[in-house]
Amino acid sequence: MTTLTPVLSARWHEDDSFTRAGYERADGYRGLRIALQRTPADLVTIIKDAGLRGRGGAGFPTGMKWSFVPKDSPKPTYLVVNADESEPGTCKDIPLMLASPHVLVEGTIISSYAIGAHTAFIYVRGEVLHVIRRLQAAVADAYEAGYLGKDILGSGYDLDIVVHAGAGAYICGEETALLDSLEGRRGQPRLRPPFPAVAGLYASPTVINNVETIASVPAIVANGEDWFRSMGSEKSPGFTLYSLSGHVTSPGQYEAPLGITLRELLDMAGGVRNGRELKFWTPGGSSTPLLTADHLDVPLDYEGVAEAGSMLGTKALQIFDDTTCVVRAVLRWVEFYKHESCGKCTPCREGFWWLVQILQRLEAGDGTEADLEKLLDLSDNIAGRSFCALADGGVAPITSSLQYFRDEYLAHFEHGRCPFDPAASTLFAETAGAATS
Amino acid sequence: MNATGGVSGEASERAQWSAERSEVARGASKEPSATSASSGEASERSQWLADRSEIAKGGRKEPAGARETALNETARAEMREIIARYPEPRSALLPMLHLVQAYEGYVTPAGIEMCAEELGLTEAEVAAVATFYTMYKRRPMGEYHVGVCTNTLCAIMGGDQIWSELTDELGIGHDETTDDGMVSLERVECNAACDFAPVMVVNWEFMDNQTPQTARELVGKLRSGEQVQSTRGPGICTWKQAARILAGFPDGRATEGPPAGAASLAGLVLAQEKGWTAPEGGRPALGAGGSHSQEDDR
Repeated sequence: MTTLTPVLSARWHEDDSFTRAGYERADGYRGLRIALQRTPADLVTIIKDAGLRGRGGAGFPTGMKWSFVPKDSPKPTYLVVNADESEPGTCKDIPLMLASPHVLVEGTIISSYAIGAHTAFIYVRGEVLHVIRRLQAAVADAYEAGYLGKDILGSGYDLDIVVHAGAGAYICGEETALLDSLEGRRGQPRLRPPFPAVAGLYASPTVINNVETIASVPAIVANGEDWFRSMGSEKSPGFTLYSLSGHVTSPGQYEAPLGITLRELLDMAGGVRNGRELKFWTPGGSSTPLLTADHLDVPLDYEGVAEAGSMLGTKALQIFDDTTCVVRAVLRWVEFYKHESCGKCTPCREGFWWLVQILQRLEAGDGTEADLEKLLDLSDNIAGRSFCALADGGVAPITSSLQYFRDEYLAHFEHGRCPFDPAASTLFAETAGAATS
Repeated sequence: MNATGGVSGEASERAQWSAERSEVARGASKEPSATSASSGEASERSQWLADRSEIAKGGRKEPAGARETALNETARAEMREIIARYPEPRSALLPMLHLVQAYEGYVTPAGIEMCAEELGLTEAEVAAVATFYTMYKRRPMGEYHVGVCTNTLCAIMGGDQIWSELTDELGIGHDETTDDGMVSLERVECNAACDFAPVMVVNWEFMDNQTPQTARELVGKLRSGEQVQSTRGPGICTWKQAARILAGFPDGRATEGPPAGAASLAGLVLAQEKGWTAPEGGRPALGAGGSHSQEDDR
């Protein structure tokens, strides 16, 4: 049986976990002291050997990403931390930064040192005011303690960190759109190549990493790559935050080795609420194809979920029970992608607009079987035909729900309406039920 | 229904906004013209060019501040402070627009003008950015901006019902403000708090685990001016104060509120009960020793 392995979340219960004093008491900034005694190249090797993979969704090996930065660029190198967490269902980076902003600051310093950056940015979504306060305070505190600024801890290494608040645009979680946004422009993705490692922010070499990825670096440096590899699987080593939400008895953050299964996690979280049946779930946010109760034993690592036809993504496990209408859920997600399409690529900008109309018709019970073919045809013409992955992610709920729940789409127009009662799927439905029984 | 309403709503909003812009510009010119909209825009343009060349010559006859704006020289100095944080000035634009909202409550023509002046951009370039991001508002906001998450998970868990009851209660819809100027409503997208669903935000502070009843009580308190506490943060500040923090000017309240909400701790609490931990760590000696001895070495 897999058990939980709190590392990042181990001290979130302490009253002062977000302060420098609280963090230092837990051996905070020890990784930085070790790192500054090594060469930057050593650190890249450590992260490579540890096998850390990006926690923002794509799972790209972090050490390899770092090693793509040219060694002899005449331009400065930048580190950008992607703290724009906005993928529906994803809710791990926000609590991490709220409870433990210093682990992100420490990780940012070590990672910047490893890639030779002297300026780093934390691009945090704007809609999380208190998280921004905590980050601002942590950075200010780190300057005061000599962890930032000139000649950090007497090492001769200089680094500045800027906390930069976004302004409400899901697309800015896409790394090249984030860079445009950070340059003061509309957040629209860039065509690659060139990749950011060569020409990123201000056309300079830039590494963009997710919050959880960067926050995992201090523990790896302090405890060693073998320690990290003692958790998780061969190709997906280490610990990670799994976020359970929706129709589950105890939703929340569960930090476990990669490869744990949803069956194990649901067990820990008290199961589906009120003993109801699991109907469908997302392994890593709404852009990862839906899975069903048939996939309870899929190892939740990069390979395992890919084999099941989906993606590990951000490990945002949104759980929906049998009271939920899958058509309603998919329509709402597709409305989201329509709203958040940046408008740059025609298939995405126009395609989601049409998809929403077809899905609205279907949900209202006015659709036809031809509409289902149209949905698939449109999806096929959107995915892979746009600059960025928003298009691919946006059609994932459609194609996967049609794969597993085609009958439910049919039932809508056979009945001439949605066969589900939306009140039954609310959180307060159970309270109301309990009160009357 | 929502989507089509949204599209035409957005279009008419844009039209209104540009109308307001040209109105302000006309109001500020010496000779209010009664000509058609297109020639009005042309004269606005020439007026604007004249103003700019005047400013360039140093003989500014009409600084941005003259147009009934709260953006004063302190605001301009703060904009320059923001610009100084970045290797390239234009990176300051997003925080500068947050600062405009901190002074004006929304992105006003005067705010666009000041950003453009300070960054050497055209107003069109600034407006193009401002209209891309949903947090920048094109008309005055209430003292308290109330967001209800109606993305899939929150909607299903009760967000749709909360939304419909709140719009009934307040008599306003998406992106509208109560007549008393206290509360604005917005359907927001996923706010990264799904384990606390259904979620609301007030001036971008979390209000977790809401029900229709708690939501109605919440807006009642906000309208009566009663202090409201975020479930994972401090007492709620005003819309303008929040925008100031987003612009990078902290209010010193980072230590208020808990480190984490209950759901954030669900796994940790279970691990503690069961005695589950990560394996013992400890990198083999690097001569690093403990953190304290290092500090002494310094």
